[in-house]
Amino acid sequence: MRESIIMKIHYGTALAAVALVAVHILMRLTQGFSESLEYDSVIANYKFLPYAGMLEIILILLSIHGFNGLRVILLELKQGKTYEKAVSYGCVVAMIALIAYGSRTIIMVNTGMT
Amino acid sequence: MAQTTSLAENMSSSQSITLRIARYNPEHDSTKTFMEFQIQYEKWTTVLEAILDVKKHFDHSVAVRYSCRQATCGSCGMIINGKPRLACFTKISELNSNIITVEPMNNFPIIRDLAVKFERLFDTHHKVKPYLIRDDTEISTNTKEFLQSPEELEQYIQFSNCIKCGLCNSACPTMATDSSFVGPQALAQAYRYVADSRDKGKDDRLKILDDSHGIWRCHFAGSCSQVCPKGVDPAMGIQLLRGYMLGFRS
Ligand code: HEM
Ligand code: SF4
Ligand code: FES
Repeated sequence: MRESIIMKIHYGTALAAVALVAVHILMRLTQGFSESLEYDSVIANYKFLPYAGMLEIILILLSIHGFNGLRVILLELKQGKTYEKAVSYGCVVAMIALIAYGSRTIIMVNTGMT
Repeated sequence: MAQTTSLAENMSSSQSITLRIARYNPEHDSTKTFMEFQIQYEKWTTVLEAILDVKKHFDHSVAVRYSCRQATCGSCGMIINGKPRLACFTKISELNSNIITVEPMNNFPIIRDLAVKFERLFDTHHKVKPYLIRDDTEISTNTKEFLQSPEELEQYIQFSNCIKCGLCNSACPTMATDSSFVGPQALAQAYRYVADSRDKGKDDRLKILDDSHGIWRCHFAGSCSQVCPKGVDPAMGIQLLRGYMLGFRS
């Protein structure tokens, strides 16, 4: 993929994350901090589909942004054909793994599998 | 008469500083060492003149590159009291210090002492095609001239002041670790030609820079623009160039 497309995604995911994380924080402010971390409250949040969907989108956005950022840092740290290939593919694999693991939690709680 | 008096006054203003010169020969030294010299200077004495004084009177083996002595050739870039500067364009008196330390530029391989290799800078500069690209020419017919309005000239003129001294590349934090990064000097020159209304090579150059070690590896540190001795603002050039890639400019 062209670097400009990757960086457009990088900036786009950052902007979208600012908006969605703001909503996420505002939602948390509707109750006290310790209250919001109570088991029933957390479960209820995940069961509320629009909110769970938003958390899923934040997970995807920040995984893409964070792992691309990590790729950039690693590419600037050291150079070499094999190393750079390993970094690029490694970051994509780690990104997919994190999204899969996070989605698993969201889906399991949302569908009442816990 | 008046002239003689002022000359005498100036002579008496002569002061001394300690000049610390980094010595390093990659062929047999494992680390950089410093040699110290006491140098007399006047308020107009430049750091380059002080180094040449050392070569003339104390140690002729100090390696330093210079030519024009007037901030035009771009040869004498070095780190002076921690900051990349031109030695011929830096007066000792402006440094406000009794100790002047000169070291070779960062991010350049050292040939010896203060002289560094410029191959990477020339290669990256060449890579961005630093010339007007178009099919026709004004040389072939004597009736033709590529006219430009003052506004069109304004778009790029400051960037054409670049003397390829490499101080910006020396100050850039990405250059320090990314050996494939194209660097602020070449990026600013890419902008200089892309923004020239006579040039048709924009797509070519943007393609070259749209690489994993190209324009996107600039992280807005801005140190390049802080150190440029010619008033070029490479950091701004890079962001304007990015504007084309992000669709804000055409
Ligand atoms: C939502 C707020 C965020 C915004 C507005 C944002 C914005 C940005 C921008 C503009 C860059 C590019 C900087 C550059 O090219 O120099 C960047 C890089 C980066 N971001 Fe974020 N980011 C945010 C959140 C995050 C989070 C939560 C993470 C961690 C998961 C993260 C990880 C990174 C990394 C590792 C880099 C690469 C480092 C760098 O290029 O300097 N960011 N971010
Ligand atoms: S942009 Fe300025 S600092 Fe960089 S090479 Fe050109 S003149 Fe030197
Ligand atoms: S000697 Fe030419 S720029 Fe300093």
